[in-house]
Amino acid sequence: MYTASDLRKGLKIQIDGEPYIVTEFDFSKPGKGQALYRTKMRNMITGVQFTQTYRSNDKFDRPNLEERNMQFLYAQDDEYHFMDTASYEQIFLTKEQLGDNLNFLIDNMEVQVLFFGDRPIDVTLPTFVNLEVTVADPWAKGDTSGSDTKPVTVQTGFQLQVPPFVEKGDKIQIDTRTGTYITRVKE
Amino acid sequence: MLTPQGLRQRSDLLQAIRSFFLERDYIEVDTPLRLPVLIPESNLVPFASEDWFLHTSPELCMKRLLARGCNRIFQICHCFRKEEQGRLHHSEFTMLEWYHKSWNYFDLMQQCEELIRALARRCSTAFGLAQVDTLQWRDCTVALTPPWERLTVQDAFRRLAGKEVGEVLRAGNFEEILVTQIEPHLGRQRPVFLYDYPAELGSLARRSSQDPTVAERFELYIAGVEIANGFSELVDPVEQRERFVKELDKLQSVGKQGALPEKFLAELHLIGEAAGIALGIDRLCMMLMSCPDVRSAVPIFFEDL
Repeated sequence: MYTASDLRKGLKIQIDGEPYIVTEFDFSKPGKGQALYRTKMRNMITGVQFTQTYRSNDKFDRPNLEERNMQFLYAQDDEYHFMDTASYEQIFLTKEQLGDNLNFLIDNMEVQVLFFGDRPIDVTLPTFVNLEVTVADPWAKGDTSGSDTKPVTVQTGFQLQVPPFVEKGDKIQIDTRTGTYITRVKE
Repeated sequence: MLTPQGLRQRSDLLQAIRSFFLERDYIEVDTPLRLPVLIPESNLVPFASEDWFLHTSPELCMKRLLARGCNRIFQICHCFRKEEQGRLHHSEFTMLEWYHKSWNYFDLMQQCEELIRALARRCSTAFGLAQVDTLQWRDCTVALTPPWERLTVQDAFRRLAGKEVGEVLRAGNFEEILVTQIEPHLGRQRPVFLYDYPAELGSLARRSSQDPTVAERFELYIAGVEIANGFSELVDPVEQRERFVKELDKLQSVGKQGALPEKFLAELHLIGEAAGIALGIDRLCMMLMSCPDVRSAVPIFFEDL
């Protein structure tokens, strides 16, 4: 159990059977009065946000959350199938649940899947992934337009800005948290 | 944490506070921080120190000095309140507390106004921070020119929340409405003294002679932030004992221990009329020096220890 005084940004708690993460937190105690813990929370399954004020006596269950190492196998319609690399158990997440992660997800990629009880609810990709450039305009030597980047498309269909020397067929490293180019990878 | 320049400014402000009081015939006192018995306050959690406690405010000891015959005293000291941590809270914080015999809470509001204006002037002339009689903090530009607003708790609840104080007390959400609907609007253009608190929320304050349901207590708000808490002192030992016993009952109902400060109660009748006020130095420095939170207005923050 957590009590209100454990509340802080990033804490995960369970309310009405669902997991929530505290996204904003403020402590107040007007005029030596009762302590109030004002929070903004996000439902970790639905993404719905709400604000709520708690008092010292309020208690919360710890959500049963577990991260498991899994490998992406294949996509069928809107279902993305993963396999537990330890138990070989297979599960799937929906396109909606994966959201922007789809920009970087490729076959056989190893990811962390977050489970709430036995229900998969979220995916964390590796921080850096290497993806192949599938569409790129050639770099015109002597280009004096002053622009030091150009747009390319990678194998997942994601578009980003890269330095002009990157060409079609190159592998580039991308930061999955920001979607930005890091470096060209030699293989 | 403060830069060397910030530390100099804070030091300068502390000296200016001392000069302000010494010029007005106050004496500076330094009472013990570690006490065997505290004021029974169900909303404060003290830190234990062996089988004694670190004080949560210097009130008990300072009032005993009034009872001994001091007329005007001030103290700058650290206070300790467990489980208070946030943008505007720090478990160990610096308090300025002062008492004046024969005064009531309105006299103290006036002096509090003079003190803060003097400090703001010091900031603008010595460090070039903000303009004379103006305070800039976050998105607020607060004019310090007198007179500052005085607003009763009842008017504030009616005007800003559309509620009656009696009603919210019965529903048990006085603090919640104060924090969410009232405080954010207080003192944004100029400072405001919120005054005449419900009697049950001023355990050591005197009841008003005009309206016994309210205590002669006030809080100063600047830019939505509570800066100081003052009141006309309750000096009736019988009534004070009754209120302490009520607080002890509340403490026991949540499984906590407490005791009556008997020596304090025995001397209380010697004080006569007096008023006292506690002001958070870290918060005031934060505002005067335009720091975003208390963390950046103190010499060393606890997380950096």
